[in-house]
Amino acid sequence: MARRQKKTDVVIVGLGWTGSILGIELANAGLKVLALERGADRDMIQNLAYPKMIDELKYGVRHGLMLRPADSTVTIRHSLRDTALPYRSLGSFLPGNGVGGAGVHWNGHTWRALPEELRLKTYVLEKFGASVIPAGMTIEDWGVTYEELEPHFERFEYVCGISGRAGNLGGSTQAGGNPFEGPRKRDYPLPPLPTLLNGKIFGDAAKAMGYHPFPLPAANLSDAYTNEYGMQLGPCNFCGFCERFGCIGYSKSSPQTCILGALKRKSNFSYQTRSEVLRVELASDRRTATGVTYIDEKGEEIFQPADLVILAAYQFHNVHLLLLSGIGRPYVAETGEGVVGKNYAYQMTGGTSLFFKDLNFNPFVGAGSSAMVIDNFSVGQIDFGKEGFIGGSYISSGQFNGQPIRSMALPSGTPTWGAGWKKGIRDWYGHSMSIGSHGSNMSYRDCYLDLDPTYRNKHGQPMLRMTFDWKPNDIRMTQFMRSKVESIAKFLNPTSWVSGYKGDSSHYDVRPYQTTHTVGGAIMGIDPTKSAVNRYLQTWDVHNVFVMGASAFPQNLQYNPTGTVGALAYWSAHAIKHDYLRNPRPLA
Amino acid sequence: MSHAFLDGYKPLYFSTTEWAFIRAACARLIPSEGEGPGALEARVPVFIDTQMAGDFGKASDWYMLGPHEPGANPLLGFQSPLTPAQIYRQSIALVDEWCTEQKGKAFAELGPDLQDEVLRDLQARKMPLKAELRDFFVLLLQNTKEGYFADPIYGGNYRMAAWKYIGFPGARGAYLEWANDKGAPYPLGPVSISGDRG
Ligand SMILES: Cc1cc2nc3c(=O)[nH]c(=O)nc-3n(C[C@H](O)[C@H](O)[C@H](O)COP(=O)(O)OP(=O)(O)OC[C@H]3O[C@@H](n4cnc5c(N)ncnc54)[C@H](O)[C@@H]3O)c2cc1C
Ligand code: SF4
Repeated sequence: MARRQKKTDVVIVGLGWTGSILGIELANAGLKVLALERGADRDMIQNLAYPKMIDELKYGVRHGLMLRPADSTVTIRHSLRDTALPYRSLGSFLPGNGVGGAGVHWNGHTWRALPEELRLKTYVLEKFGASVIPAGMTIEDWGVTYEELEPHFERFEYVCGISGRAGNLGGSTQAGGNPFEGPRKRDYPLPPLPTLLNGKIFGDAAKAMGYHPFPLPAANLSDAYTNEYGMQLGPCNFCGFCERFGCIGYSKSSPQTCILGALKRKSNFSYQTRSEVLRVELASDRRTATGVTYIDEKGEEIFQPADLVILAAYQFHNVHLLLLSGIGRPYVAETGEGVVGKNYAYQMTGGTSLFFKDLNFNPFVGAGSSAMVIDNFSVGQIDFGKEGFIGGSYISSGQFNGQPIRSMALPSGTPTWGAGWKKGIRDWYGHSMSIGSHGSNMSYRDCYLDLDPTYRNKHGQPMLRMTFDWKPNDIRMTQFMRSKVESIAKFLNPTSWVSGYKGDSSHYDVRPYQTTHTVGGAIMGIDPTKSAVNRYLQTWDVHNVFVMGASAFPQNLQYNPTGTVGALAYWSAHAIKHDYLRNPRPLA
Repeated sequence: MSHAFLDGYKPLYFSTTEWAFIRAACARLIPSEGEGPGALEARVPVFIDTQMAGDFGKASDWYMLGPHEPGANPLLGFQSPLTPAQIYRQSIALVDEWCTEQKGKAFAELGPDLQDEVLRDLQARKMPLKAELRDFFVLLLQNTKEGYFADPIYGGNYRMAAWKYIGFPGARGAYLEWANDKGAPYPLGPVSISGDRG
């Protein structure tokens, strides 16, 4: 029998971005909140300081801040016919672990979903008709509109102190911003970061070609800033060690720098590290949860009773916990029935490296989000009927780090070792820039998450199984983007350039890093037979369990997820505080 | 060129014959000729040896429980039941055996052209290595480049020579006044985590 702790009002599973947001919002509403975090504690000064953090091998290559597969991992296969095998060493995606979650070591690209993306299925049906949706594609509306989320996007941006330039203020287009974004009430809290040489020449070329370049919205601060919780941040110094690293200054918006300092001072909030939640416990009628069972550092199983359970464990860990706890009907790909695990999707990316003999890029000078972008080929700007795919992408030229083990683009034909490689690194390090396409990924009937029949985690529970592969629709999308990127590359007339995009024969490769933008599996919606959570992120079947994070995305955005993940967390927190607490019940 | 340091170094993990292989292979992967340090001047073999003796060699962070399917689709990633250190050990023995059979001498004794040929065959998977060992060359090349470019605290990149060669300022981590679109060359040499300046 598990030991029983004293009851708390709220238990939060995971103390990353979404756990921290729900933590402070519910603690500020007067509730007694306990957060359980699987990994270690992480403090800015003790754990993330100069110079030890500036270590490419330890953090960039050996993933020193991430989840060790030895502790927890998933299995992966391409199709229903295959046997899934464990993701034994990190590659394609890098789950966070420890206080702050992946929010400690993200890059800070902070986007809002487009209005069209949040009502994608309806948008496609209204504008292009059902015939453009290929068989097996299972896209949906989110059940929440851009207008409803707008104040919550803004809230997250103002908590972070995002550096950017508005392109659409209340419907009026602003020079130098993204004219294709949804309307915003207020500009970003801070002006954009300075532009580097790659961004300048990309932006100039894009403008000359009739596009609309703008600076990427950055959670790397361009100036000193104090947010609503009284947290103070300072300007980013372009250290070049952002993504995969903790910030050595207080310059990257993270749970630590934006929320946790204030939250930890509240007497009604507490947190425990090295406490891994194994499952949510349900009452005998299975309509409410009674709390969670977790395993502490010493390996003891403990039951933590709570009135409200918030899953904030990151996208696929949330789905895993729902499946292990028996909340919601598991999705079965063969029949298309059930909801939990449905619509797993990823991010379609590609890129072109450009080499300029005579230009000096100083690639080590970089912020996590120093980039210029065009959104002329976004989801809302493409004729899906004409182009033969559903989706879109933002095209950008960023310079984030010049760490030489990983950031060493070389012209095509350069040997991978020997005298030719050695000469190549001297000739081209410092003289290359890249243009990338960061695109959407639709959801499909046979891309999903369930429990693995063979492999078990260290607690003896079945691992989560990921069934996923690239589909022709999304490959057509990225090939379309390739032609756009390459036309910009040609315009820039480099000494040479080399491209890498998925093509017709591409299958999902778990080895090279792509993004940690895994989505879906506990999707939101308005129909309980098609979604796992309602529009407030509340599980349909168990009303005191709310599920945060990108697990709610019914298909992936063309953007990085966290701006939308943060907005959804504030939207859900608002519904809990202003509606649910007064009268706990299903909100939809 | 003299490599007295490497001659005197007592490997933590590798045996004498394995150490000879590693030194010889590194010397071909990043040769000493031409501008800039080779892997031997950068003391890359020391880095690889230290890594094999440590967490990386033991696959401490990786999920290593079975069932294993080492011959699975390579797109599904590392699937060997063997740790990197075991993969090095078994592969080096097999490559040396193969070299002795086919070319009359262990890898380290061959001339540079033959060594390059063997490495090319390994890379192209023309060498008959069993599935459990198929990642050997990828590991060897990756670890060699890591040792060349990682901070000197890990034993390679001696005196930050590889950083100086390409113009990477190491652990400076502060470039605010260089965050502009001018493209002027950066004038300062590297610093390391331990505070050395180059
Ligand atoms: C290298 C990298 C770069 C990124 N860059 C960007 C970017 O530029 N822009 C962007 O939008 N997004 C980016 N992301 C994604 C971003 O980090 C995530 O979207 C965001 O952190 C998600 O917030 P979350 O609260 O859902 O999960 P997290 O912040 O990861 O927090 C989840 C927490 O839950 C804990 N946990 C998990 N399971 C359990 C359990 N069973 N019991 C207890 N605790 C548990 C984890 O240890 C973790 O601390 C990046 C991610 C990575 C890894
Ligand atoms: S690039 Fe800026 S925000 Fe990112 S870690 Fe460095 S100083 Fe911090």
